[in-house]
Amino acid sequence: MTTASPPPRRIPWDALAVAPFILFAVMFLFLPTLGIVGAAFTDRAGNFTLDNIFGLFTDQILAAYWISIRISGASAILGALIGLAIILAIIRGRLPAPLRSAVMTFSGVASNFAGVPLAFAFIATLGRLGLVTIILRTVFGFDMYRSGFNLLSFWGLTLTYLYFQIPLMMLTIAPAVDGLKKEWNEAAQMLGASQWQFWRYIGLPILWPSFLGTLSLLFANAFGAIATAWALTGSNLNIVTVLLYNQIRGDALQNPGLGAALALGMIVITSLANVIYLVVAARAERWMK
Amino acid sequence: MKANKFWAWLTFALGAAYFIVPLLATFEFSLRMRRGEYSFDAYASVFADPYFASSFSYSVVIGLMTIVVGILVVVPAVYFVRLRMPWLRPLMEFITLLPLVIPALVLVYGYIRLYNSSSIIPFTGSALGTDILLTCAYVTLALPYMYRAVDNGMRTIDIGTLTEAAQIMGANQAQIIGRIILPNILVAILSGAFLTFAIVIGEFTIASLLNRPAFGPYLVGIGTNRAYEPAALAIISFIITWGAMGMINVLGRFAPRTSARTD
Amino acid sequence: MAFLDVQNLTKTFGQTTVVKGVSFAFDKGEFISLLGPSGCGKTTILRMIAGFEKPTSGSIEVDGQDITHLKPNQRQLGMVFQAYALFPNLNVGDNIGFGLKIAGMATEERRARIDEMLRLIGLSGFDKRYPYELSGGQQQRVALARAIAPRPRMLLLDEPLSALDAKIRVSLREEIRAIQLDLGITTVFVTHDQEEALSISDRIVVMNAGNIEQLGAPHEIYNKPATRFVATFVGQLNSLDATVLDPATKTVSIDGQSVVVPQLPADAAANASSVLTLRPEMITIGARDGNDITLSGTIADVTFLGSVIRLRVALGRNTVSLDTFNDQRIAPPARGEKVTISLASKDLLVL
Repeated sequence: MTTASPPPRRIPWDALAVAPFILFAVMFLFLPTLGIVGAAFTDRAGNFTLDNIFGLFTDQILAAYWISIRISGASAILGALIGLAIILAIIRGRLPAPLRSAVMTFSGVASNFAGVPLAFAFIATLGRLGLVTIILRTVFGFDMYRSGFNLLSFWGLTLTYLYFQIPLMMLTIAPAVDGLKKEWNEAAQMLGASQWQFWRYIGLPILWPSFLGTLSLLFANAFGAIATAWALTGSNLNIVTVLLYNQIRGDALQNPGLGAALALGMIVITSLANVIYLVVAARAERWMK
Repeated sequence: MKANKFWAWLTFALGAAYFIVPLLATFEFSLRMRRGEYSFDAYASVFADPYFASSFSYSVVIGLMTIVVGILVVVPAVYFVRLRMPWLRPLMEFITLLPLVIPALVLVYGYIRLYNSSSIIPFTGSALGTDILLTCAYVTLALPYMYRAVDNGMRTIDIGTLTEAAQIMGANQAQIIGRIILPNILVAILSGAFLTFAIVIGEFTIASLLNRPAFGPYLVGIGTNRAYEPAALAIISFIITWGAMGMINVLGRFAPRTSARTD
Repeated sequence: MAFLDVQNLTKTFGQTTVVKGVSFAFDKGEFISLLGPSGCGKTTILRMIAGFEKPTSGSIEVDGQDITHLKPNQRQLGMVFQAYALFPNLNVGDNIGFGLKIAGMATEERRARIDEMLRLIGLSGFDKRYPYELSGGQQQRVALARAIAPRPRMLLLDEPLSALDAKIRVSLREEIRAIQLDLGITTVFVTHDQEEALSISDRIVVMNAGNIEQLGAPHEIYNKPATRFVATFVGQLNSLDATVLDPATKTVSIDGQSVVVPQLPADAAANASSVLTLRPEMITIGARDGNDITLSGTIADVTFLGSVIRLRVALGRNTVSLDTFNDQRIAPPARGEKVTISLASKDLLVL
C-alpha cells in the first residue's frame, strides 16, 4: 500500500477526535472550577485575599455545612447499608431470577427519580396531608407530626434522599456481589467456618473497597443535591446548596467572593470524601491486581 | 437454609414497601382533587396548562440537543483513545468522574461567572447563547453516564480487532467508523442517550439559575402554587423515567457481542 | 471396618435422579477416584460427602461416624476446588492458616503449621504473596495446603487439575499423590480424565448415568473392563466388526479372514454380527510368541509421537490402531505398506 505511491497526507484523526472532548472538559469543567477557586481568593478589587475563606466561619454558614454533611453522611451510610442488605438478600438469598431483573430495572428508574418529582411524592406520602400520615392518624391513632416528625427536617430529608441513594447503591454494588464466588463460601465452610465467619473474614472484606467507593459516590450525590430540598422546603432549609443557590440568585450574602468560597468549600468536602475513599481503598485493595 | 430464605424475603419485602408506598400514596393523592371522590381532574388540569406543554417540549428539545452533542463529543474520543492512545485513558476516566464530584450547582455558578454578557464568550448574553450553555451544561452532567455506556459498548465488541479486520479488507477510516463501529455500538449509545434524557428532562438547578423556561423550574412553580397537580406531575415524571429506563432494558437484549458468551 | 462407607446414596433434582443408589466402602489411607463423563453424578457424590448437597436417601459414614446430616463445617473434611477458590483478600499464609484460625489455634502454633505446609508444597517464602501473584499451579498447591493444614479426616478433590496446563497437570498430580502417600490421608478425587484416574489412584469407581459401572484397582479397570461402557471410556480401544461363521468351532470372519475366538458366546448364531475389542498395545506387527491370530492389512496412517509410532492398519472395512516403539536405526513404516499383524485371541473382548 505504501510502496505504490507516496502516502497521502495523513489526516490526524486521533487528535481531531479527542480535541472536542478535551476542549469540552476545559471549557465546562476545568475553567469554571478554577474560576471559582480563583474568585474565592480574590477581593472586589482583584487582589489576593483570605477574607472570603474566613467569611465562611459564621454560625449560619457553618451550620449549613454541618447539616449538609450530616444529611449526606446519614443518607449515604444508611443508603449503602440498606442497599447492600437488599442486594445480598436478592443475590445470595437466591430469590427468583425474574424478581432480580425487575428490581434492577426499578433501581435504574428510582435512582434517576430524584429532584422535584421526588419531593412531590414524599409530600403526598409523609406530608401533613400525605396518605401514610393520614392512615397512621386515623387508623392507628398515631400523629407523626405531634410526635415530632417533620418532612422538612434532617430525618425527613434523609428519608427522602434514601429513595435515590438505596437504588444507586444497589446498581453500583451488584457487580461486586455477583463477583463473590460460591466456592469461596464453600471453601470456608469446609475449613470449619460458619456463615458469620465467612462474611466476617472473607465476604465483607472483599466487598469493602467497592462499598467504600459507592459510599463516597452517594455522599457527593446527596451533598450536591438541591432540587429535592428546594421543592420540599423552598428556601427555608439551611443547607449549603440552598445557601449557595440563594447567593447565586443574589438574594443573600451580597458578596460574590463569599459565594465562591462557599462553592470552594463544597468542592473541598466532596473531594475529601473521594480522597478518603482512595486512601482507604488503596490499603484495602492490596490483594487486587 | 430455610431461615436464610426467610430473612432474604423479609429484607426484600421491607425494601419493596419503602419504594412502593410513596408511589401508591402519590397516585392516591393525585386522584383526590375532586372532593369526596377519586378523579383524574389533577391530570386534566396539568395537561390543560399551556406552560406544561411549552416547558416540557422545551426540555425535550434541549434533551435531544444534549444527546446529539454528547454523542459527538464522547464517541470519537472514546474510540480513538481505546484504539490509539490508551495512555490518555486515565485522564478520560478522571474527567468523566469530575461531574460526580463537583456539584452541578458549583459548575453552573462557574459558568455564570465565566460566560456572562461581558466576557469573551458571552453565552448568557442572549437566549440562544443561554440555550447553548444549558445544553453544554447538561452534556457535562451526563458525561459520566454517556462515557461509561459507550466505553462498555466498545469493550464488549472488541473494537481493536474489528478495526484491524476492516483495515485488512481495505476500509478507510470513515467507513470503519460509519459502517462498522457505529452500528455495533448503537445499542450502547442509545442506552447512554436514554439515561441522559432521564437526567435532563426534569433538571431544576441549572435551568433555573440560567433562567430558562424548562420543565424542572415549571415543576417547582406548580409545587408552590397548587395542591394536587404536583402529585400528578410526580406520577407523570415517574412514568417518563420508567419509559427511558425501560427502553435501555429493551435495547440491552439487542446488544451485539463479538466475544463468545461465557456465562 | 471401612473408613469411608457410602450406602445406597441417591440424589434427585426435581424430576431427574442424578445418583441412583450408589454404595461403596474404602479403607483408611486409600486414594479413590470417581471417574466418569460429565453428568454421571460423580461431582454430586463428592458434594454430598462434603455436605453441600443433601442426599435424597442413603447414608455416608466417615471413620464410624454418620455424617449424612452434619453441616459442611462440622465434618472435618478438606476440599480442593477446580477453580482454586483461594480467598483473594488473604495472602498465602493466611489462606493456609484460615482453617486453623477458625479452629482457634494459637498464633505461634499456627505459624509453625503454615511453614510446615509451605515446605510440603515447595512454596517456602511465599506466605506474604497474594493469590493473584501466583500461577495456576502454585495457587492449586496453596489450595491443597489450605485443605490439609487443619489435618482433616479425609481430603476431597473436585477436578483440581482440569484448569491447569498439560505439563503442570502431570507434575502436580504426581505431587498430590506423593503428599497423600506421605500423610496417609484418605482421598476422594473426582475426574473425567481416565489417564489421571489410572495414574494416581489405589482404586477407581467408574460411573455412568448415576450408577457405578465398575469398582477396582486401575489395572483391573483397564485390563478387565466389566462393561462395554468401561471398556470404551477407559483407555483406547479397537473395535472390529466380525461375522460369526460357525458357532460350534467359534470361528468368525473379520473382513474375509477367518479367526477362532474361544470366548465367543455359545448362543451366537451363524451369520450374526459380533464386535470384538482389543487394546492397541496388544497388537504387534509381525508374529510374536503366544499370538495365535494373524491378519494382513495395509498401513492407512502413520502418526509419529516420538518414542512411540501409532499406526492405523486397514483390514478391509475395519481399521485397527496399534503402537510400535520408535527405533532410530530403522525407518518408520510408510503409508500403503502391506503388513501382517498378530494378536492373542484370549485378549479379545466380545461385546
